[in-house]
Amino acid sequence: MEGSEMRTDGNAIAGVLQEVFVREVTTGRIACASCGQVEPIGAEHAYTQAPGIVLRCRHCEDVLLVVTQPPRRHLLAFPRSRWIEIAATP
Amino acid sequence: MARAAVLGRLNWRLGEVAELIDETPRVRSIVLDVTDWPGHRAGQHVDVRLTAEDGYQAQRSFSIASVPEDPRVSITVERLPNGEVSSYLVGELRAGDQLELRGPIGGYFVWEAQMGGPLLLVAGGSGIVPLMSMLRHAEAFGASVRARLVYSSRSWEDIIFRDELERLAAGANGLKVFHSLTRSQPPGWTGYARRVDGAMLSATAWPASSSPTAFVCGPTPFVESVASALVLLGYPARSVKTERFGPTGG
Repeated sequence: MEGSEMRTDGNAIAGVLQEVFVREVTTGRIACASCGQVEPIGAEHAYTQAPGIVLRCRHCEDVLLVVTQPPRRHLLAFPRSRWIEIAATP
Repeated sequence: MARAAVLGRLNWRLGEVAELIDETPRVRSIVLDVTDWPGHRAGQHVDVRLTAEDGYQAQRSFSIASVPEDPRVSITVERLPNGEVSSYLVGELRAGDQLELRGPIGGYFVWEAQMGGPLLLVAGGSGIVPLMSMLRHAEAFGASVRARLVYSSRSWEDIIFRDELERLAAGANGLKVFHSLTRSQPPGWTGYARRVDGAMLSATAWPASSSPTAFVCGPTPFVESVASALVLLGYPARSVKTERFGPTGG
């Protein structure tokens, strides 16, 4: 299977991200450190077939976010993202 | 508990199967009574978890088909070849059985009536499911939302929600439905008979000048080709929301 067929959208990983952030965050925005584009997390490209999930920039495909979940922990890496903006809880 | 609810902690809940509806030979809707269901928005999904007697667990995401106004939650599942979860849900689940699920999940691929229209929905196969929730929601909201649906299926028998779509298209909302049947067509078929392409969208979609919002859902190659075609037709990329199935593990 081609890599591009493995692709889903950021909204497909909303459940995992909600486990981590304890709120819905896919409407929040993330800035790519490589190409500078800013998009909603739900609109970026997600890959879920690895052990863990990988979020890539929809413009340049650089890796924005990696989430792995070993027992009792969440590990987050932000290889090529500059910032994340999520709404404050009311 | 109240704090958890505000923050949106995802809890596994038990749903009881209230009804099973065979939509096509390979697709079944599962209507669930879920205790303390917090309500959902059209386009959201749930995670379903199956646990075997030896403790082995398998988890998949399914789009919600039911309308937010419905207290029961329904998902519509396509049986995939060798799909360990979908085979069970479509083939073995019975009314009265219990199912473990959590949700609603997602906020990006969501449409609410107050977001307005016009609405362009493009579905490939079971990609119709979250879009059906939107259409049902639009109908429940009233006649003020204009919507068009371009829907690609393999054959006439494979069209999910065929009768309901026909009914909605005849209703006051003025929904327009354009079917394309890619593998086989019934005798006398006058609709499209090919993959959704730029020419088809040019003839069926709202013009970009009417500032539509597009929701595209289906297999990854389908979604990407439709989204690219819409951008070529002048739709701003941000007005095209996509949900790719990706490599469905079933």
